[in-house]
Amino acid sequence: MCWAVPAKIVEIDGDVGKVELSGTSRQVGLQLIADPHVGDYVLIHAGFAIQKVDEEEAHKTLDLLAEMFEAAGPNHEVRR
Amino acid sequence: MKFVDEFRNIEAARELAAGIGRAVDSLPDARRLRFMEVCGGHTMAIHRFGIPHLLPDVVELLSGPGCPVCVTPTTYLDRALELGRRDGAVLATFGDLYRVPGSQSSLEDAVADGLDVRVVYSATDAVQIALEAPEREVIFLAIGFETTAPGTAATIRQARAEGAGNFRVLSGHKTMPPALKALVDSPSVALDGLILPGHVSTIIGTEPYEFLARDYGIACCVTGFEPTDVLLGILSLVRQLVEGKPRVDNQYRRAARDAGNPLARDAVAEVFEPADSQWRGLGMIPASGLAVRAEWQEHSVDPPDPDVPSQEHEVCRCTEVLRGLVRPVECPLFGKACTPDSPVGACMVSSEGACAASYKYGEARRGHD
Amino acid sequence: MTEERIKLGHGSGGILTRRLIEETLLRFFPSERLATLPDSAWLDLPGGRLAFTTDSYVVDPIFFPGGDIGKLAVFGTVNDLAVVGALPRFISCALILEEGLPMADLETILASMKEAADAAGVEVVTGDTKVVPRGKADAVFINTAGVGVVPEGSSLPGGRALPGDVVIASGPLGDHGAAVLSKREGLSLGSSVESDCAPLTAAAQAVLRNAARVPFMRDLTRGGLATVLNEATAGDAPAILLRETAIPVREEVRSICELLGLDALYLACEGRLAAIVDPENAPAVVDALRATPGAEGTCVIGEVSAHYRGEVVLETQLGTHRLLQMLSGEQLPRIC
Repeated sequence: MCWAVPAKIVEIDGDVGKVELSGTSRQVGLQLIADPHVGDYVLIHAGFAIQKVDEEEAHKTLDLLAEMFEAAGPNHEVRR
Repeated sequence: MKFVDEFRNIEAARELAAGIGRAVDSLPDARRLRFMEVCGGHTMAIHRFGIPHLLPDVVELLSGPGCPVCVTPTTYLDRALELGRRDGAVLATFGDLYRVPGSQSSLEDAVADGLDVRVVYSATDAVQIALEAPEREVIFLAIGFETTAPGTAATIRQARAEGAGNFRVLSGHKTMPPALKALVDSPSVALDGLILPGHVSTIIGTEPYEFLARDYGIACCVTGFEPTDVLLGILSLVRQLVEGKPRVDNQYRRAARDAGNPLARDAVAEVFEPADSQWRGLGMIPASGLAVRAEWQEHSVDPPDPDVPSQEHEVCRCTEVLRGLVRPVECPLFGKACTPDSPVGACMVSSEGACAASYKYGEARRGHD
Repeated sequence: MTEERIKLGHGSGGILTRRLIEETLLRFFPSERLATLPDSAWLDLPGGRLAFTTDSYVVDPIFFPGGDIGKLAVFGTVNDLAVVGALPRFISCALILEEGLPMADLETILASMKEAADAAGVEVVTGDTKVVPRGKADAVFINTAGVGVVPEGSSLPGGRALPGDVVIASGPLGDHGAAVLSKREGLSLGSSVESDCAPLTAAAQAVLRNAARVPFMRDLTRGGLATVLNEATAGDAPAILLRETAIPVREEVRSICELLGLDALYLACEGRLAAIVDPENAPAVVDALRATPGAEGTCVIGEVSAHYRGEVVLETQLGTHRLLQMLSGEQLPRIC
């Protein structure tokens, strides 16, 4: 349940932000996010940003996947 | 697409599957492992990517009551239609609910009878309709779990601030932790692990799930929705079983902080309060729903009585499917009287229900070269 | 004197109707044939076979990125003729106009139709105009019927698909469906995606001329790729195995789908065909298509499978297999 997608904030006007995901944009409510900034990635659900996407945590997960890979063998590559 | 594509990596998925295989092999006893997911998004991801066939045969993935549409009782639909028949009423609904049958008909059928039903993407769209047509009564059908409730709360606040007195909410919001408790307390499959809902957790954090590991010994992991996310979650569950230490792990930290989203929770607490709620397939679960508080009543319409059960077909086995006791194909109605085009039970009504996913994607098959 | 809006009187058959036809409609379709306003058109056709089709167009909104209902009405019918191997020649155009439709909108639509007809090499030879009261039609409904010619000796699609036959799509999927959705009221999406509405005659001929066998060829309209390919596998027919990683979808279409919870494999196209061809000539077919304007994005997306029967199976990005069913009900934006 809860279909939510990560999108980038490109404009902010009070409680409303414009977010963009690979060429598609929409106005969403930002009142559920503390301290939103242009350039932040947020999860969008039903017209609201419900949480910021933590880029550092995303990289940690990708690093973890890469580690698993390297442990498995030299010919694998994790696409970033 | 950023934060999506990187997690759909096929080689990483294969590696994770191999890792799960190795971890399963290192378990002291060879037995079936039963992991349940309780989120329609996970049901979809698992079926859409054929994940069961990347896993060792001993790992069984079950679908639980994770789809808010599936657990919305027929009484809610009936109430919505009753309200929609009032003079000047407009029903605003998420697309998910549009074809769900109540005890008599669906919203889609009602349009043919002259009801004004509009599909919206967001609750705020419904307020827009209300502001543009002040003479109409706009009723927003607010279904969804903790992921969606904050948006409804923010919208009710917005409606008051903008003077949209004709905007009202029929709350069908439900909360997950009480349902999870009811699930593990009820006669159901003994679960080894739970794949916890990723987006509900962005709001509520991980603490509300602690009782599952602590009191019931069930391995838990919050995960996201890309294939690598789901597999990371399953790997975590198996590793917890290997270590013999069930806990609530979080493999979706990029979106779900352990502390959740306090601002969103505050919005919900301001506008809603816990209330008894009827779950299709699970019955009445105390304090598992959200009702609009008295001080916000001008933007609410009375929901149906939570003690009145959903009307179900006597042969339908959704109740057991929702608890993982029965697989969709084992229900006599599956694929015959009950299909996505003409759904009989809760699990078929939404595209994410266990039966709908099973029908739409088929039983997963191993690929072949 | 041209009016600003369509009135009920324009459909009455009297002076207003005559005026509408002569001053507005004929202006966009000048021809000797239509000038005398005969009740029917005589058509001179070479010997051989005729292909005949009809379709009605009720798209909402009537103006969308990349086109309008008029363009759709012409190319849609042209394409139904093209994919059965016919050369489209003549089109009829029946309009049902809603009272109150701005004349400027009608003129824009007629201009689109003329432009599309010229691009497709077809002539509008007969038509009809009716007006219904306000609220009884969504601005305008159009029906076009089309006649095409199949010259003697032409190759035609048909015959049984065999395991190993190659499945081809002539370009990225879902552009039209995504473009229409992005403009649908209430969704308020900003997007640069445009409808792929275009004629398929050259593409269909490229397939037929380069393949030895074409068991199946269709234009991918309502219900998208998934629905159309399920038609190819209906009954006891062999199955199709598609490779998810080979199916082209533009990034902007993917992101609309992600945002709304939709599946691009079920979105309509209006300028794409899918074909099943013999494997020996598949490379030549692909090359010929890629050299055809509008089909530059042609891809091999799968094959006819010996392992399954009567279904469309998708090999996912992870290498697993799962069913790809027909569309059941219109796709709606979802939150779950």
